[in-house]
Amino acid sequence: MTAAAADFRASAAAALADPQIRANFRRAMDGLMAKRAALFPDPAEWQALRALGAAIRARSLANLPELLERLEERCRANGIAVHWAETVADANAAVLSILRAHGATRVVKGKSMVSEEMHLNDFLEAHGVESLESDLGEYIVQLDQETPSHIIMPAIHKNGRQIARLFGEKIRGAQYTEDVDALTGMARRVLRRKFEEAGAGLSGVNFAVAETGTLVLIENEGNGRMSTHVPPVHVALMGIEKVVERLEDVPPLLALLCRSATGQTITTYTNLVSGPRGPGEKDGPREVHLVILDNGRSRIYLDPELRATLRCIRCGACMNHCPVYTRVGGHAYAAVYPGPIGKILTPQVEGLKARHELPHASSLCGACVEICPVEIPITEILIRLRGEASHPAPGSTVREAGEVRNPWEDLAWALWRRVHASSRAYRLVTRVLTRLRRLPAPRLGPLRAWTAARTTPRPAPRTLHELARDRGVRDA
Amino acid sequence: MSHAVYFYGTCLVDLFYPEAGMAGIELLRREGLEVVFPQGQTCCGQPAFNSGYAAAARAVARAQVALFPEPWPVIVPSGSCAAMMRRHYPELFAGEDDLPAVEALAGRVHELTEYLVRELGVRLADRGQPVRVTWHASCHALRELGIREEPKALLAQLANVELVGLARERECCGFGGTFAVRFPEISAAMVADKAADVAATGAVELLAADCGCLLNIGGKLAKTGSVVRPRHIAEFLWERTAPPGGASSAAPLEAAAGTAAGVPPPRTGDP
Repeated sequence: MTAAAADFRASAAAALADPQIRANFRRAMDGLMAKRAALFPDPAEWQALRALGAAIRARSLANLPELLERLEERCRANGIAVHWAETVADANAAVLSILRAHGATRVVKGKSMVSEEMHLNDFLEAHGVESLESDLGEYIVQLDQETPSHIIMPAIHKNGRQIARLFGEKIRGAQYTEDVDALTGMARRVLRRKFEEAGAGLSGVNFAVAETGTLVLIENEGNGRMSTHVPPVHVALMGIEKVVERLEDVPPLLALLCRSATGQTITTYTNLVSGPRGPGEKDGPREVHLVILDNGRSRIYLDPELRATLRCIRCGACMNHCPVYTRVGGHAYAAVYPGPIGKILTPQVEGLKARHELPHASSLCGACVEICPVEIPITEILIRLRGEASHPAPGSTVREAGEVRNPWEDLAWALWRRVHASSRAYRLVTRVLTRLRRLPAPRLGPLRAWTAARTTPRPAPRTLHELARDRGVRDA
Repeated sequence: MSHAVYFYGTCLVDLFYPEAGMAGIELLRREGLEVVFPQGQTCCGQPAFNSGYAAAARAVARAQVALFPEPWPVIVPSGSCAAMMRRHYPELFAGEDDLPAVEALAGRVHELTEYLVRELGVRLADRGQPVRVTWHASCHALRELGIREEPKALLAQLANVELVGLARERECCGFGGTFAVRFPEISAAMVADKAADVAATGAVELLAADCGCLLNIGGKLAKTGSVVRPRHIAEFLWERTAPPGGASSAAPLEAAAGTAAGVPPPRTGDP
């Protein structure tokens, strides 16, 4: 990530100035929130289900090393080849070597956020492999040479007209139309041919079941099933945290995921991949590979509080409910994972030096915590990371902890502490401010930023301390 | 003493909305409580805590904890500060020697409207003129303390008050403490939407129970020339229900004219 791309502040300001972005996101997020709310009508049921989901994910993480070993063993027994990748480069190399072994120069891809972490499309193109996104939203984004702006709805930043224009320009032989069915039909015709030509299909993994070696993949368009079943080789990509212990752990998580993500009780397709084509079977891939990526996750795993970050099931509900995301959109974060989950995940993966601003880009309103289906304490982790940047906890394992010093801020909080830890100093300062009836330095620093959009706050003539004493309210 | 409570005013009330604090004290006194206001209080420590300066927050919080030795309830006219004390003090003092004292305090912290409704079951009689108001539900009261209906239940007792809800009552106003000055553009976009939502209700007063939100939304309303008056709910309730003269019967006061009730809130004005 370049320094320019990581400048959240600048890209957020640019996004705010674009009324089209704000309108597209506001409308889309309102729709998603309403659909989700309709499927959780009973607060007691919701609380019980999310407590179960959180417990399943916490239990999976508590036994992560052991579950990963069991997953590998069960997958191998099922005929799925397992490849471990510590870094993005390792994962890309593993995918490329599988493709080369089969002479595959064209691949189709189902939706996978891990592949976005890997920048896999760019990597494959650079190595002579055409990689085509088959999820409609991802296809749109790829066609326009963009990145996803939302982890569930990658092209949510575009409205219908923008997509119509894009298809008209980029799809060979396409007639301009704004008819949604006609547009979908166009993409479908392109993709159908590609599924048949592809030497391999790539996909993500929603959950990997350790006890059975099953890869669970949900989707709505059938492209996931096509990507994983039509080409002769299937390569599945997952982060190490996606493992769950038992098959019976999956249904509650799917109920939470589908309802939270898209407001569906269940997705149109639920794929359970348990191995390559067996003897006598007429379809399915001849080989299945599973690439398991770490990319900083095991470092997050080391910290018992921060580990909750890894519970995430990638539903995107935190984005849909975030008042910041709704206004700046997904691209402003210049990160694979935008929104609240991105604000806690990205700095831990990429390091605090380049990403220390992200945890501050929150009013700590807690809307994300309230709707997270696995109870990730996002605001607590945001506050933790704010502190880790400049003065880390003893023994901190956070990447680049303590490497973002800001002497001015340290000084400001030292002064604040001085004033507020001593009632005498505090009473002196508040007495002066109430007598002056103004705050210091109105044209500098924080107050200036405040007054760009608001009037200057004016201290009252007398403090509550004074009023209380004068009106006979007993002191301690 | 029949029954005593502590009042923790908070730094924003102290400096910007002291009449809201006094109104809160009067509402409690009218219920027959003796209110104790420790003069040593300053700030709950939330600004530093939220900014990641835990040590500074702890030093300030520790000075507050010492002010409430008796096992009385501590009433706070702010959901955000009450949540800091009830929910976050125990985290902040994890592993510290004084954790037991901190936990004991945290367990008896109450937000004002919550205490008036749940613990005291106050009955209010409206003495005011008909008025249309709207209500901003602050995030920390809502999500960290679970206070949803209590403030509205108090307003519903006032016969001449028409409460018109915001279209997005549960959406953050964009204050967020240091967030508002670290990311002024995003915060400004949020408060602009909130101010527009307030204006669309046709209310003449915007009520809230958190002074950070009031400073933010009120400052935006004033900047746009709106006549909507931002007020803390305690001040509004007391003004409309206070006996003539302003002071509560439980604790007769000298009550300098014009200071107890009906005084305009702190004005904001551009320099």
